[in-house]
Amino acid sequence: MTLCTKEAEKGYGRKKALQGVTFDIEPGNIYALLGPNGSGKTTWMKMAAGLLHPSAGGVLWENHPVCWKDRAEIAFLPTEDYLYGWMSVNEVGKYYQDFFADFSMDRYQALLRQMELDGNQKVRTLSTGMRAKCKVAVTMARAAKVYLLDEPFNGIDLLARDSILQVILASSDPENAIVISSHLVEEIESAVNRAIFFRNGLMAADLDIEELRTREGKSLADKYRELMQ
Amino acid sequence: MNFDTSIPIYLQVVNDLKGKVASGQILSGEKLPSGRELAQQYQINPNTAARVYQVLEQQGICETRRGLGTFVVEQEEIQKTVREEMAKDLARKFLERMKALGFTVEEIGKILKEEGK
Repeated sequence: MTLCTKEAEKGYGRKKALQGVTFDIEPGNIYALLGPNGSGKTTWMKMAAGLLHPSAGGVLWENHPVCWKDRAEIAFLPTEDYLYGWMSVNEVGKYYQDFFADFSMDRYQALLRQMELDGNQKVRTLSTGMRAKCKVAVTMARAAKVYLLDEPFNGIDLLARDSILQVILASSDPENAIVISSHLVEEIESAVNRAIFFRNGLMAADLDIEELRTREGKSLADKYRELMQ
Repeated sequence: MNFDTSIPIYLQVVNDLKGKVASGQILSGEKLPSGRELAQQYQINPNTAARVYQVLEQQGICETRRGLGTFVVEQEEIQKTVREEMAKDLARKFLERMKALGFTVEEIGKILKEEGK
């Protein structure tokens, strides 16, 4: 099942956050969504998650415009700190279980163990890295068709990053698609196989990364510099 | 593993695994991790991991047994073969660079003997 973005536009007053982007997200891939801050990554993600209405064009899931019902199959991890501080890590799981039919408590617990998170700890007392892990665990404990992860590595250390990346890689399968947005290219370079570049609300490129290395002898970071200059 | 991200990652993992076969860390007939496990071990994309096994199969180093997984081929010679092939490969690259610096094969031989002491 393909998530098709067609001529998607979003304007906020005079400013255009997205100025007509077209690309497909297909199962069996992990995508990097790259671009500087303000290039439209979050706007696209919110649109693809059904949280934001396009001004023109839009995002199609199974041939219909994405709507709130599609949240059952399209999982979205916002970059903001949206977890309730008063909940324990375990309660975050229960909260998700009530919302999403595809949420697996067993998988959530396994992910917590894998990332060494204590289920009894209150969200309020978690460090930034632990909070990031908790958000990823609760999102990846769902059996979604598409996972949209907005800056999942923001402000965390190398070890937390490794641990989160492991979970993402373990969750990837031929039936699902994972999109990771980032403004730091190096941190996801080896994990993703396709990259979509945004620049000033426009799509600058959509490419296969191993092909880029084979054909042009360039890394993703090289390409990023080339495209954004 | 630290990758040179301007070189295809599957090739780097292929070489790393071949190095393990050559050095005897992985033995003839041994079961290799599943594609998914390999992806996690090396922190690489699962598609890249699948490609690693495709290439190793094409090179006759491993084989997939349906329903069982991927194994290093059961050949006594495999370690020796891979080891020799990798040695030749390294030697060729080394020679190329030394020749680019203007050394003759004889001079290179001398340097190697000297440094190997």
